[in-house]
Amino acid sequence: MIIYGVMVLGLCMFVGTSIGLTLGIMLGIPGDIGGVGFSMLLLVFLTPVLKKKGWLPKASEDGIMFWNAMYIPVVIAMAATQNVAAALSGGWIAIIAGILSVVVCFALIRPLAAMAGAATSTFGDEA
Amino acid sequence: MNSAFLTSLIGDRPLIFAFVVVGVLTWLCYAFSKNITKGRIHGSAVAIIIGLALAYIGGATTGGKKGIADIPMFAGFALMGGAMLRDFCIVSTAYGVKLEELKKAGLAGVLSLVIGTALAFVVGVAVAYAFGYRDTASLTTIGAGAVTFIVGPVTGTAIGASSTVIALSVAAGVVKSIAVMIMTPFLAKPFGLTNPAAAMVYGGLMGTTSGTAAGLAATDARLVPYGALTATFYTGFGCLVCPSIGFIIMKAIFG
Repeated sequence: MIIYGVMVLGLCMFVGTSIGLTLGIMLGIPGDIGGVGFSMLLLVFLTPVLKKKGWLPKASEDGIMFWNAMYIPVVIAMAATQNVAAALSGGWIAIIAGILSVVVCFALIRPLAAMAGAATSTFGDEA
Repeated sequence: MNSAFLTSLIGDRPLIFAFVVVGVLTWLCYAFSKNITKGRIHGSAVAIIIGLALAYIGGATTGGKKGIADIPMFAGFALMGGAMLRDFCIVSTAYGVKLEELKKAGLAGVLSLVIGTALAFVVGVAVAYAFGYRDTASLTTIGAGAVTFIVGPVTGTAIGASSTVIALSVAAGVVKSIAVMIMTPFLAKPFGLTNPAAAMVYGGLMGTTSGTAAGLAATDARLVPYGALTATFYTGFGCLVCPSIGFIIMKAIFG
C-alpha cells in the first residue's frame, strides 16, 4: 500500500524533528536544529533494513517516490512565494552582502570537495 | 463568469489550483528550455526564475511578504511551497542515498559547515562596515543576515539590534537565497559541483535550505539529497554560533 511508504516518510520526519527540537531546547535556541537532516539520516539508515526484510514492497516505495518526484514542483511554488520585493528594496547593502557571500563560498567548493573525496564520488547509477 | 463564481471555484480549492498552475508553468518552462535554449538552461532553472519573477510581481502589487501567494487567487502557493511540504519532499529525496558517499564526505561536510558560516558572517560584517555601520550589534546582525534570513533576525533580537537593521539582515539573507537559486545551475560545472561529495560540501558552504534546494534541483536532481543534508544543519548552527561566539568576537574587535 502506498500509504505505508508515506507513513514511513512521515514517521522519519516526526522522529527527526523531535531530535532537532530537543537539541534546540537543550541549547536554548528557539526552534529546530537540523531536524530535517536527522529525518533524512533516519530514512537513509531505516529503508535498507526494511527492504531487506521485505517490508517495503514496490507499492510502499511508490509512496516515498511520489514525494521525491513532487520535490521540484514544490520548490517552484516555494520560489514564487519568496519575499523578492523586500530583498530588492533592502538596497545595495543587502544585495552586495547577499551576493558576495555566495561568490566567496563558491570558490571553496573545489578544494573542500577534493578533501571529501570528489575524485571517487559517484551516484552509482552511471553506465 | 463573475468573481463570486471564481472565488468559490478557486478560493475553496487553493492547493489544487496551485498544483494546476505550477504544472502549466513547469510545462511551459521545460518547453522553453528545450526549444529556445536548446537545453543549455535546465527547465527547472527557468521555472524557478519565473517563480521568483511572479513572487516579485505579487510582492510589488500587494505589498505583502509571501510573493504571489499574497494575491488571493494564488494563496495555495503558500501551502504548496510552504515549509511543511518542502521539508517532507526534502526528506523523501534521502531515499536511495548511498551510505558510503555520506561517510566519505562526512568530515569535509562538517568542516564546510563551519567555514561557510564563518565566511558568510565575515563578508556580511565587512559590507556593513563599508556602508558606514560601526556599532557591534548592527554589524553582528547584518553579518548574521548574510548567513541566512533566519539567523539574522534571531541574532538581532538576541543582541538588541534596531528593527531597521534586522529588516536589512533579512533582506541580505533573502538576496543570498535567491542568488544561490539563480547562480548554482550556471556555476555548478566550472566549480566542480558534479558529484555527491561536492554537493555535501556545497550544502555546508551555502546553507539556506531554500536556495540550495532550488539551486541543486535546477542543476541535477540527483545532487539534492546530499546538498540538502548538510544545508539543513546550517541554519541551526548559525543560530547557535552567531549570537554567542560571533557576538563575543565582534565585541572584542569593535568594543
